[in-house]
Amino acid sequence: MSTEVQNTETQVKEKKKSEPLFSKKNIQVLKDPLNDNNPVTVQVLGICSALAVTTQVKPSFIMALSVVFVAGFANLIISAIRNTVPNRIRIIVQLVVIAALVTLVDQTLKAFVYDVSKQLSVFVGLIITNCLIMGRLEAFAMQKKPWPSFLDGVGSGVGYGLVLLFVGFFRELFGSGSLYGFQVVPQWAYDAGYVNNGLMMLPPAALFLIGIYIWIQRALNKDLVNIS
Amino acid sequence: MHNNKYTFIYAAIITVIAAVLLALAAEGLRPMQEVNIRLEKKANILSAARVDVSDKSKLEELYDANVIELVVDKKGNVLEGERAFDLEMKDELAKGDDMRLPLYLYETDEGRKVYILPLRGMGLWGPIWGFISLEDDFNTVYGANFDHQGETPGLGAEISTSEFSDQFVGKQIFGDERESVQLKVVKYGTEPNRPSEHRVDGISGGTITTVGTSDMIKNNIMLYQNYFESVKQGDEDGADEIEEEIEQAEEEAVEM
Repeated sequence: MSTEVQNTETQVKEKKKSEPLFSKKNIQVLKDPLNDNNPVTVQVLGICSALAVTTQVKPSFIMALSVVFVAGFANLIISAIRNTVPNRIRIIVQLVVIAALVTLVDQTLKAFVYDVSKQLSVFVGLIITNCLIMGRLEAFAMQKKPWPSFLDGVGSGVGYGLVLLFVGFFRELFGSGSLYGFQVVPQWAYDAGYVNNGLMMLPPAALFLIGIYIWIQRALNKDLVNIS
Repeated sequence: MHNNKYTFIYAAIITVIAAVLLALAAEGLRPMQEVNIRLEKKANILSAARVDVSDKSKLEELYDANVIELVVDKKGNVLEGERAFDLEMKDELAKGDDMRLPLYLYETDEGRKVYILPLRGMGLWGPIWGFISLEDDFNTVYGANFDHQGETPGLGAEISTSEFSDQFVGKQIFGDERESVQLKVVKYGTEPNRPSEHRVDGISGGTITTVGTSDMIKNNIMLYQNYFESVKQGDEDGADEIEEEIEQAEEEAVEM
């Protein structure tokens, strides 16, 4: 594993002169977490917030955006200062950067989308402890250059967000009969005896949905079976 | 390997940079946050009077048109020249006998008067607050609305749901003597002798928060007792005084 990392590092150094911003490798870094290396379904990181905030699409979406922002910029900043960070306090430095970014996001949400910020309540603050972000800092940003790190952060955030939106979509559709706050199940369906599924509003439903997502993903991609 | 001095200086610099950035952001965004907080308070006041507040754009208008703000003291006198909306129960409760008590008057579409009282108390992890509205007998609950800072999601935090607060509608605050608050949030199956108009079902797993809610209602409503009495007496003498006050307040509102 470590020799692999070294190899890729030397490769990076060789290519240093003129690597285009969206080279094949960088695109790969961005795309990997969307499917084959998805932080939630493959690495199983950040599950708790995925259970808690996905009762509706809107909070899932805002949460996903927040995580994309925090993961992207935390990776960028940490990667930019990676050579100056004293090794003994690197986790603390990472935490300070993450906490600062999360607080920034929290304050911004309170200013512009107050009702969503109330709904997300503590979970925005808990992005700080989301293993996804610190995991990417330790595994990627501490070794790689800022631009690929930024892409990796954004990719991980989007990969996390995709799962959130998937779960939020089904939970809101079956739990409240609406999508992004708009009623989609018509009144006549309720009159005819259709009932919203109360289980969908509870956290276990998210666990089932994530399980189904993982099932489908692994059925489509056999390489993922038994790797985590 | 970096030496100790470098590590310390590095940590200090990082901390200072983060602190300055956050302080700037917090200051810059505060005006917008305060607008949101005030709007939410108005929404909470209105929803305690069972007004539909789902349309945020009409909220200010609804509030300004229908709610009259009053400030009273513990002895039941109406204080002039105070803005009820700017008073925080948190600060006022700490003032003892000098406290100024905000009170909101709402007139329903059918012309019934509803008195909305702010509440503040302690939950399990932190403060809880809300509004409760009483009909003009100062006894029957017309509506209620609760919120909290950090109660446990799914347990104590359920006090902010309408499932919980809707239970208060139609309950009676006082017994026959009107001396002590009889309304109580109780655990299902306990206190079988408490009549149904004085009991509200608690939340399983959220006992401390619901007991806090119960105490909050008891403590806060007692503060308004003297005012209620004086209004009732006034009613017997002819309710003109209050009417005048309301008209005056309405005029002021129009002028503003």
